[in-house]
Amino acid sequence: MKRQILAILALILAQPVLADSSLPPAPYAYRQLENPAQEHEAKALMETIRCLQCQGQSIADSDAPIAGDMRHQIRERIKAGEQPEAIRAWLVERYGDYVSYAPQVTTRTWPLYAAPFALLGLAFLIARRRFKRRAGQ
Amino acid sequence: MTEGAPKRTAPWLLWLPALVFALFIALVAYNLRNPAEREVRSALIGKPLPEFNLPAALPGQQGLTRADMVDGKVRLLNIFASWCVPCAVEAPQLAELRGKGVEVVGVAIKDRPADLGAFLARNGNPFSRIGADNLSAIQFAIGSSGVPESFVIDGKGVIRYQHIGEIRPEQVPMILEKMREAGQ
Repeated sequence: MKRQILAILALILAQPVLADSSLPPAPYAYRQLENPAQEHEAKALMETIRCLQCQGQSIADSDAPIAGDMRHQIRERIKAGEQPEAIRAWLVERYGDYVSYAPQVTTRTWPLYAAPFALLGLAFLIARRRFKRRAGQ
Repeated sequence: MTEGAPKRTAPWLLWLPALVFALFIALVAYNLRNPAEREVRSALIGKPLPEFNLPAALPGQQGLTRADMVDGKVRLLNIFASWCVPCAVEAPQLAELRGKGVEVVGVAIKDRPADLGAFLARNGNPFSRIGADNLSAIQFAIGSSGVPESFVIDGKGVIRYQHIGEIRPEQVPMILEKMREAGQ
């Protein structure tokens, strides 16, 4: 009994281990760009870049420190006049296609884009054969 | 119906859609049980280290630049932080590597000099230089997605190997082997 009480007390008194930086977030992590058109461009890009830590979220949605730093970097680059697609290409060059939520047509991904058209074509051929057969009855 | 009766579809063909559907379910079930690897690896292995120039993480000490990494010597670039728990776990392994003649250079991510000093006093300092990166900029530049991570950089400044997560005691020989390969 005494042991159990002690164990419960220990749980209540347990302190979480600090596992986050104590530095304030990067300047542009939570601040918009002064130029609304540029902010719009930056936001659109951030919504299609995957957070490296919480991988189900875009960096626009994530509160992970590394996502904040990436937002800062993207806003700085847009501010300096870089094109959003150039920034995406820069990130893909470093992290692979996985980092982007906007899949590109490449030698590996083209079947994904071609499959719907191939299936439609196949369906059309099958339907035509059936209709011809009916008409011939 | 005797003459010109429509050709019947082969019976096995009728089962084809059901079979495709069953395969699809099996694929989904398999991937639900075996989620994809969660690590995002750097795509820069075998490519030269990008240009960078980091200020010193501790007052009165040397910072870290790309130029420091291209003098013909193989180095281990360790990305860490005082606030990162696994980084303390790998400290003895870094000390062991240091003892075996490996030059370890560090990048401290989003750290305060006082916190960093306390961390090194507690866990030992295997680093010949430590650069400070408060915006994770070098992480994005070399395709690193967290702390700790270690990169083997050869004497020409080419990234040869990326180790994600802490270096565990049983992985020290593997890191030494990667360093040796990079030196050839």
